[in-house]
Amino acid sequence: MKIVIINYGAGNIQSIKFAIERLGYEAYLSDDPQEIIAADKVIFPGVGEASSAMRKLNNSGLKQIIRDLKQPVLGICLGMQLMCNYSEEGSTEGLGIFDIDVLRFSNAVKVPQIGWNQISQLKTPLFEGIRDKEYVYLVHSYYAPVCKDTIAISEYELPYSAALGRDNFYGTQFHPEKSSSPGEKMLKNFLEKI
Amino acid sequence: MLAKRIIPCLDIKNGRTVKGVNFVDLRDAGDPVELADIYAREGADELVFLDISATEERRKTLAELVYHVAEKVNIPFTVGGGISSVEDVDVLLHNGADKVSINSSAVKNPQLINDLVAKFGSQCIVVAIDAKQIDGEWKVHLVGGKVPTEIDLFKWAKEVEERGAGEILFTSMDHDGTKEGFANEALAKLSTLLNIPIIASGGAGNMQHFVDTFTSGKADAALAASVFHFKEMEIKHLKETLQNKGIAVRL
Repeated sequence: MKIVIINYGAGNIQSIKFAIERLGYEAYLSDDPQEIIAADKVIFPGVGEASSAMRKLNNSGLKQIIRDLKQPVLGICLGMQLMCNYSEEGSTEGLGIFDIDVLRFSNAVKVPQIGWNQISQLKTPLFEGIRDKEYVYLVHSYYAPVCKDTIAISEYELPYSAALGRDNFYGTQFHPEKSSSPGEKMLKNFLEKI
Repeated sequence: MLAKRIIPCLDIKNGRTVKGVNFVDLRDAGDPVELADIYAREGADELVFLDISATEERRKTLAELVYHVAEKVNIPFTVGGGISSVEDVDVLLHNGADKVSINSSAVKNPQLINDLVAKFGSQCIVVAIDAKQIDGEWKVHLVGGKVPTEIDLFKWAKEVEERGAGEILFTSMDHDGTKEGFANEALAKLSTLLNIPIIASGGAGNMQHFVDTFTSGKADAALAASVFHFKEMEIKHLKETLQNKGIAVRL
């Protein structure tokens, strides 16, 4: 299985590569459209700021490449947010895969949300073998509201999408690569069940 | 519900764990990677590595350590100690650190916080503040708490938040090493004044101290070293105790 992690200069992607290696697979970092298109599984990471990340995707032409992918794609954290229509962070357009706008938490809660929170109403094989109310690790100031593509819900100030799924596209607001053994199980599910 | 976090802190010198660590099941008590892996398995929510080496080679050694920790450990970790530039942070994050913590360098050059946040995002920038009460007022201290300043803790914490830091790690030098509990009054004031998470540090001696810092201290996370290193407290047992007191923890 050829696993490609899209490398567009966004943050800590080494951890994702290591997590996949711990599962016994190899992952390649690439920004080459041909390599990304040819992969069996694509991981779309993202740490940093939304509008500057989108600019990089626009300038490199990766925006259209990612939208047109037919194989399973997993966006993580900002990666998931960029797969939405729009983000309040830097008021930027997204890839428009998930039909929802990303908003900022209000100051009624501490922002960013940092730490372990629970996920429930789990849908799709991504969560096979994962118990309801399992804890996952999140670090974020912006969130995707609950919508028709929501496949897991978490709660901070209000219920929001902990994960989104549509056709071959999946996204998690949490970091499976940092979410201990449940996170590794989800990555394994993505590689083996989807 | 967002859980309160328990964070063991490992002091690192020249790539090795310092202070005697009392782990019988550890093959190499000085190996930070092995110790980190054990803590992760025991239920630690995060780890902090504080580098206290002072050699020329320190940057390279620390970067290598980060790489090996990230390779092995499946929970988030923060690296601090002597970080003073955007380049330092770039290398550490690139090698797999989730967050970095800056301390004296931020006091000397507050613009560093803005620069790091602009480049890497708030979520990975922790500002550590060491403070001590002088004539009833909390004053920021530098160089591991050795050098006093005239800077007020709460003013500085507010500035740190405004400059974009994602989190504050507050160590009370009055409580550190005493094992008599965290500085809950100051912690609660920080939590009320600011809208970013606060990590309590300094003073952990027993489980009730953790209960207190999460309730009256309003802390979002609690950091400790010796109570974990010397097995005075098992993380799992601590978390069960917290849960029994109605505090949300990941078990």
